Amino acid sequence: MTGSLAALGRWAIGVFGRLGRGHLFLLQVLGASATLLPRFGLVVAQIWSVGVLSLLIIIVAGTFVGMVLGLQGYNTLVDFGAEESLGVAVAKSLTRELGPVIAALLFAGRAGSALTAEIGLMKATEQLEGMEMMAVDPLRRVVAPRFLAGLIAMPLLAAIFTAIGVLGGYFVGVGLLGVDDGAFWSQMQAKVELMDDVVNGVVVKSLVFGWVVTWIAVFEGYDCVPTSEGVGKATTRTVVHSSLAVLGLDFVLTALMFNQ
Amino acid sequence: MNTRTVEIGVGVFVALGFAALLMLAMRVSNLAESGGGHGYSVVAHFDNVGGLKVRSPVTIAGVRVGRVSDIRYDSEHYVAAVTMSIEPQFDRIPADSSASVLTAGLLGEQYIGLEPGGDETSLKDGDEIKFTQSALVLEQVVGQFLFSKASEGSK
Repeated sequence: MTGSLAALGRWAIGVFGRLGRGHLFLLQVLGASATLLPRFGLVVAQIWSVGVLSLLIIIVAGTFVGMVLGLQGYNTLVDFGAEESLGVAVAKSLTRELGPVIAALLFAGRAGSALTAEIGLMKATEQLEGMEMMAVDPLRRVVAPRFLAGLIAMPLLAAIFTAIGVLGGYFVGVGLLGVDDGAFWSQMQAKVELMDDVVNGVVVKSLVFGWVVTWIAVFEGYDCVPTSEGVGKATTRTVVHSSLAVLGLDFVLTALMFNQ
Repeated sequence: MNTRTVEIGVGVFVALGFAALLMLAMRVSNLAESGGGHGYSVVAHFDNVGGLKVRSPVTIAGVRVGRVSDIRYDSEHYVAAVTMSIEPQFDRIPADSSASVLTAGLLGEQYIGLEPGGDETSLKDGDEIKFTQSALVLEQVVGQFLFSKASEGSK
């Protein structure tokens, strides 16, 4: 009895301890990020590895998600003779939900895991301590550029995903299924709002997701047990936790933004 | 990977991202057509606006000339006061035009249709459209139909 109570207490202390460390770590990273502007080259190099190298998976996934939306939307709408609204259905679902969410999930799997593994290995091979010995702050040199790069890359990736998805839906709807070209775009333009759908949906949501995913990724790497097993576990945790955080936050953001 | 390639790659990536955002803003959403709220506004009172919403279109002869900018309840006269923002290039709408709440298609959204009158003077900012026709509420139409059927039968 006391044993299980103690186990519960140990678990809770561990969880809250990690939460607290994570938030303190975020504050430190933000402070370090502020000093990074004169040395933006470090961030650019990280945008290359988290953003540019994620482009392929984002473009391929966006095309197929858009094409599937086009096919399924057409099958549903054609029963009501409303296949002209296909553009609205594709664009609204992509800008509001699928674009930012799927892009963030892919980003967590492709870039987040790599960030954790990289920082974790640096810790396991004592490179971070080495930097400290040379009076180089690893938060400033290693963590902050990666955090900023994730924050910058995520909205751009989500925008590319969404735009490519709309084109994929257009290709299937207009190109293959014969929906009217003009109606597809004009209905879309009539119903999709710039502030509500594009700015709130794509930009704000993906900024939040980029923030959370990179935060979890760099923290898990920095906080991992410095063994090969610890790095592996931390990488898994990054993907699981950031995916869950993205899905949970998406519900909260949707409830806040579109609940009129 | 040398720095030059990385910089070019990141440049292309950022340009691509902004191009995608621009496409979403211009091609997918309605930024291109909404010229901001600088039209003139006219008011009309309806007994019932049905499913009319703010930003619903205002049309003449099926062509969109403006949007509904505000719907509020006038508690003095128990009617709905609808403010419409008409785009400035449509400045020759006769002052005795009538407004009705119409439905696009059988299940479509509701919009305001303006029917031009014969007055020489045009509507100006702040004017009121006097002649209005409310939205058709399905239950009332069915009710009227049943009522007229019943009165026919009793004859």
